[in-house]
Amino acid sequence: MIVADRKPFDEIMGMIESCGKILLVGCNECVTVCAAGGAKEVALLASQIRMKRKAEGRSVEVDEKTLERQCDPEYVNPLAEMLEGYDAVLSLACGCGVQVVAETCQGLRVLPGLNTRFMGVTEEHGVWAERCQGCGDCVLDRTCGICPVTRCAKSIMNGPCGGSRNGECELRDGTPCAWQLIIDRLKASGELSRYGEIAKPRDWSTSRDGGPRKRTREDMRI
Amino acid sequence: MTAPGNLERVLTSGGFAVTAECGPPRGADPEAIRKKGGYLKGFVDAVNVTDNQTAVVRMSSMAACLILKEMGFDPVLQMTVRDRNRIALQSDILGAAALGIRNILCLSGDHQSFGDHPGAKNVYDIDSIQFVDMARAMRDEGRLSSGAEITVKPDIFIGCVENPFADPFEIRALRLAKKIAAGARFIQTQCVFNVEKFARWMEMVRDLGLHEKASILAGITPMKSPGMARYMKNSVPGMDVPDDLVERMASVPKERHREEGVAICLETIERVRAIEGVAGIHIMAIEWEEIVPDIVKGAGLHPRP
Repeated sequence: MIVADRKPFDEIMGMIESCGKILLVGCNECVTVCAAGGAKEVALLASQIRMKRKAEGRSVEVDEKTLERQCDPEYVNPLAEMLEGYDAVLSLACGCGVQVVAETCQGLRVLPGLNTRFMGVTEEHGVWAERCQGCGDCVLDRTCGICPVTRCAKSIMNGPCGGSRNGECELRDGTPCAWQLIIDRLKASGELSRYGEIAKPRDWSTSRDGGPRKRTREDMRI
Repeated sequence: MTAPGNLERVLTSGGFAVTAECGPPRGADPEAIRKKGGYLKGFVDAVNVTDNQTAVVRMSSMAACLILKEMGFDPVLQMTVRDRNRIALQSDILGAAALGIRNILCLSGDHQSFGDHPGAKNVYDIDSIQFVDMARAMRDEGRLSSGAEITVKPDIFIGCVENPFADPFEIRALRLAKKIAAGARFIQTQCVFNVEKFARWMEMVRDLGLHEKASILAGITPMKSPGMARYMKNSVPGMDVPDDLVERMASVPKERHREEGVAICLETIERVRAIEGVAGIHIMAIEWEEIVPDIVKGAGLHPRP
């Protein structure tokens, strides 16, 4: 899933400083699962904004709407019918959702309420971690199911570097060393001899280095 | 092919090599390099110039190497894959070779979060082993990473680093084997403070016969103070400074700290020289290059061949 954080409240208040009426739009997908931009977070932020403005003695009208999926025009298009009177739309979706909303609500200010962080997994309740960078050329078959592109701070394909210590990355921020994990798995499966193979330089053109990416399935187009 | 550079000459003749590190200044002053070079003249076989070490911006390694070359040194151009992609790395190898800089040391580089520009974007297009292989193919096969032919091949001597003290320990010699298979012919190790561990690593290196395929130079760093010992132990990635050395540095009065640091350094050199397969030492006297002559003389390694 895509994992996001809500932007700091003061930053959000700064963005809507000149607005008297805003539409707060949540998303029922990833950001609901990671508790950043679902219906619950939309309601919470709406209340915070109302309370803050009240304390400042300035009125504000905040309406709430949570869509099934903000990255899909099919679910976002109906928004176009309900924009009358709003000064801005504040989207609590990932960057993809914000951009679809911005396309739909042209002529209106569309503001991001979240910082989109990464593609990741739930490690434990309330903890999410990055696992994939969408490089477009998966190597997990060669790396025991652990992605060095994402999980090694230097994306080293022939690791570990000289900073690996006690299983931890040289960043020393609690991040496990991806190559320690890979070697542990190679050992567990009796395949440590595979470690001697030198991985060739990658072709990053399938990653975002090749420019903005797009996928088309001709057979699915209407 | 032209005649080998001084470092290659000393190593292939079987001599015990001495190299030293020269950290370039945070400024555009060529005199800062010449001053450091002045301390090292006659005491080393080659001088490494670090490449924005610990991700802190310094004068470029290439420029400082050229200044040292003009002083008569055989410079070692350190190149990290942190700041340059394969296009820039290959271009710099061609440029270095054109300037007569023969020794290239291929490294990953410390992550930029340790340096003075933690908000910088890193590159890591290729890793250090892929870099060694790319440099070797440029020299031996006369082709770029893309396969395109090079008009004049770079005549270079390729080295890499290895950290015997990083984890997992058991693969540290195997990883060196990959670097040597890729084309590295001289190896400069991380600073050796934990000699017992270094000796165990060398045993694994010898078991793989790696000491016969490449020249291994043990990294040597004199400590200036107990504070420096603690800092290296706790804050520098990949360092292994045993507690007893930190305590030993702290046990002498302040005015004798440097003397004790040099004493530890000379004992370390004596111990690593006794280890089979060690072909030389690489002295990294961080912002203390002027001590190198005392170390080289104290270790009985002066004059140089």
